[in-house]
Amino acid sequence: MKKEFKLGMYHGIPIGLGYLSVSFGFGIMAVKSGLTTLTAALISASNLTSAGQAAGVGVIAAGGSLIEMILVQLTINLRYSLMSLSLSQKLDRSFTLPHKLLVAFGITDEIFAVSAGRKEKLTPWYMYGMIMVSFAGWVTGTFLGASAGELLPASVSAALSIMLYGMFIAIIVPPSRKEKSVLTVVVIAALISILLRYCQTVVSGGFAVIISAVAASAAGAFLFPVRDEEESH
Amino acid sequence: MKLFLYIFVMAMVTYLIRMIPFAFFSKKIKSRFFRSFLYYIPYAVLSAMTIPAIFYSTGNILSAAVGTAAAVLFAYFGAPLIVVALAAALAAYLTGLFI
Repeated sequence: MKKEFKLGMYHGIPIGLGYLSVSFGFGIMAVKSGLTTLTAALISASNLTSAGQAAGVGVIAAGGSLIEMILVQLTINLRYSLMSLSLSQKLDRSFTLPHKLLVAFGITDEIFAVSAGRKEKLTPWYMYGMIMVSFAGWVTGTFLGASAGELLPASVSAALSIMLYGMFIAIIVPPSRKEKSVLTVVVIAALISILLRYCQTVVSGGFAVIISAVAASAAGAFLFPVRDEEESH
Repeated sequence: MKLFLYIFVMAMVTYLIRMIPFAFFSKKIKSRFFRSFLYYIPYAVLSAMTIPAIFYSTGNILSAAVGTAAAVLFAYFGAPLIVVALAAALAAYLTGLFI
């Protein structure tokens, strides 16, 4: 148990360090959108998700409705259900329901990637270790970014605001390079998003992301149905 | 108060999406279309969130464009997340100095 926890923490270090700097950008962005430092940290501590938080702050800043918030979170975070589903297939027998309820909170893209890549069955304590280190990095970074964002020169904080998007690009580009199907989906989503941004005024930011993503993914599923082994990514 | 309601709803939706399949599903999804759809969703979401929003992230389209180009370049050659993110910020910062 102790050994598993330590190993999890060790595997969580690169994730935590990455989160520390990326969430710094989120903190800056949140404060720019009119939130306080503590509110920004609270969002990070209760959500632990990059894209969902960025979009959520966007909905709050734009004065969107609760329905919009729910739909935005559903669409953007829908990917987690697939990751959770995939991880649920390789849990150790010691994973009782209370453990599942706790660990589910910490399933992020990076934690999924690391734990899915592990050959052994996943134990609760391994997951706790990894999630704890990642969580600490994410919340600390948000707090620092939100508080120091005001102290930093405008030129620096402006540049740091791009970091979260930089991380998104880092997730999109490598698979687009490898698979034509992913590239097609990425391009379709971007094109629809651009169209919605410049060619109409009815649909607001959060809904625009939903429409673009659902349309592009449906097109991808229609044009390039995945084979069985791809689904386990 | 309204703000905290929003944050609560946001956190709850996010948690349920992760928790329900993790704790209660053990069967495989049968529909090939739906499995494919779920496979593409993360990339589509991130793409739609990034474009065109990234070009407005720094408050100057030119510095944002240079930052974007740096990110795509580093990501293309497989740099780790953190390196890509920092490269984008550094490129945007350096461009900002000349504007």
